[in-house]
Amino acid sequence: MDHKLFKKDVRFGEWLIQKLLLVAGISSMLIIALIFVFLFKEAVRFFGTANPLDLIGKWTYDDWEGHYVFKMMWQSISEVPKYSLLPLICGSFLVAFPATIISGVLGIGCAIYLSELAPPRVREILKPTLELLAGIPSVVIGFVMLAFIATFAQNIFHTKFRLNAFVGSLGVALAVLPIMITIAEDAMRAVPKELRDASYALGATKWQTVWGTVVPAAVSGISAAIILGFGRALGETMIVLMATGNAALVTGNIFSSVRTMTANIAAELGSVAQGSEHYYALFLVGAVLFTFTFGLNLVSELVLNKMRQKLRM
Amino acid sequence: MDQALSLNLPKLTSRRILWNEIVSDVLVRFFALIPLSALAFIMYMIVRKGAGTITWHFLTQMPLNGMTEGGIFPCIFGTLAITLMMILMALPLGVAAAIYLTEFSGHGMFFRVIRAAVNNLAGVPSIVFGLFGVGFFILFVGRNLDHVLKTGMLFGQPCMLWAAATLAVLVLPVIIVSTEEALNAVPQSQRSASLALGATKWQTIWNVVLPQARGGILTGAILSISRGAGETAPILFTGCAYFLPRLPVVHLFGVIPIVNPFDQFMELSYHIFIMATQSLDAVKTLPIQYGTTLVLISLTFLLNLTAIVFRIHFRKKMGTVSI
Repeated sequence: MDHKLFKKDVRFGEWLIQKLLLVAGISSMLIIALIFVFLFKEAVRFFGTANPLDLIGKWTYDDWEGHYVFKMMWQSISEVPKYSLLPLICGSFLVAFPATIISGVLGIGCAIYLSELAPPRVREILKPTLELLAGIPSVVIGFVMLAFIATFAQNIFHTKFRLNAFVGSLGVALAVLPIMITIAEDAMRAVPKELRDASYALGATKWQTVWGTVVPAAVSGISAAIILGFGRALGETMIVLMATGNAALVTGNIFSSVRTMTANIAAELGSVAQGSEHYYALFLVGAVLFTFTFGLNLVSELVLNKMRQKLRM
Repeated sequence: MDQALSLNLPKLTSRRILWNEIVSDVLVRFFALIPLSALAFIMYMIVRKGAGTITWHFLTQMPLNGMTEGGIFPCIFGTLAITLMMILMALPLGVAAAIYLTEFSGHGMFFRVIRAAVNNLAGVPSIVFGLFGVGFFILFVGRNLDHVLKTGMLFGQPCMLWAAATLAVLVLPVIIVSTEEALNAVPQSQRSASLALGATKWQTIWNVVLPQARGGILTGAILSISRGAGETAPILFTGCAYFLPRLPVVHLFGVIPIVNPFDQFMELSYHIFIMATQSLDAVKTLPIQYGTTLVLISLTFLLNLTAIVFRIHFRKKMGTVSI
């Protein structure tokens, strides 16, 4: 009898623990869902007072021109507040695109070196180096860009603004480089040795094998790395806040000062009254940003999953 | 056949092949040097410019004269307090989640969805965590707690508690992933042996699996402390202060000093940001900026290095030597 009771107790304990662990297990899913809910809950309230067209631009009387002008601007603190998302999205992409290209080229190069060329000794040094680089706080990279690189770059390119999208994208490229290398390298190392051997057996040289066999075989992993890197570059906050100059312009000039979605939120949320139109507008920017990065993350996750499944076969 | 070959490989003379080999080789080797030199450059510049500022006085004094002189003690204190609070929240949750994922969930659809959620959480922009902290922790949880407990404005305001909670959410994926790795490294045979001896599943996890995974879990904890100490965007609106004349300390029963989770705080990374961009005299405070950056980067660098050394040691012990 006693024995049975003990068993029952244990079984209940096990059951309880498993349920508690389950709750913890789904916590990350729950948090993603909560982020969705609480961003969009505040974001949609923007439309309570504002016109959806405001997100593109606003017809505003221009004293200088003397007539109404369609202004695509983010001017949250002015007589007629304007909340056009275009300059912010433009700024984000103007930083994230070059950053992804730079870190993509460098990252694939590094990944090839690490997976195809590096002797184990060198790998043992380079891999931790990447982790240490990834561990540098983004505010420090932003500070280095601001304090050392910006003036240096201005002297080379003779740009009008010291802080511009290019300086920002250099910093962002540095920040997303480690994760890109890691994923691309994993993809290349997952390419079976047989494929390389077959290529060599057909008389291909080392680099013909790399470019003709390894890279094409790992292309899904490499693209996942690039997509993920692009998502991280869009979401980078402190570097762009410190190094891009924060002028909200619709421009295609990489050497002009820009303001990204992330920097815009970081710069303005601190001084805004909760419940105002401006406040909701900032959450709307956050929701747009989150949608972008969530989509990119999801795509890269799917690509990686597909690759893993293919390699398991 | 000959036609096809010449179509695929036009004009591939041996000299051209050799040339391609050399260019690729040199280029890739050069690229591989860039992360190393970037790290070296950043560390060198910060150490060279910041080393002169670091004195005992700088590390232990309050900021003086509108933060143009004096030390950064409140920032160091704030960083330590908030990362400690963060890890106390994140570690139990993350470890529990990882245990569920490795020991209970199997590898079906459910597992894949949670995996995807963890990976996606790791990719959420840090500023979005800041918005989440304001919208969820402060305005929803905090305000409602105040309403229910009738505490006025105790919970529904930016403070260390919510900043730590926001950071905890941010580092959760780091802890989950490294704990999972540590748990997976424990051989399946040991679990089977324990179960065969009559231990229950939880007894097996608690007495057999977890003790062996301790090193890996610790590594994850150190990595996430380093990550949390360096993040700025999530705490911008959830509790960071530009300047506080006092430490966020409260005296329990009037005597025992403890960190006050309901107070705002100063923090190293935020201090760098405001000193570099919003200081009244950014040139005059340059030494402070370099000094603060050096303190922060030393902290994160040492933590990361410790984690790396730990992991190598741990993996060697588990028999998987590759880095």
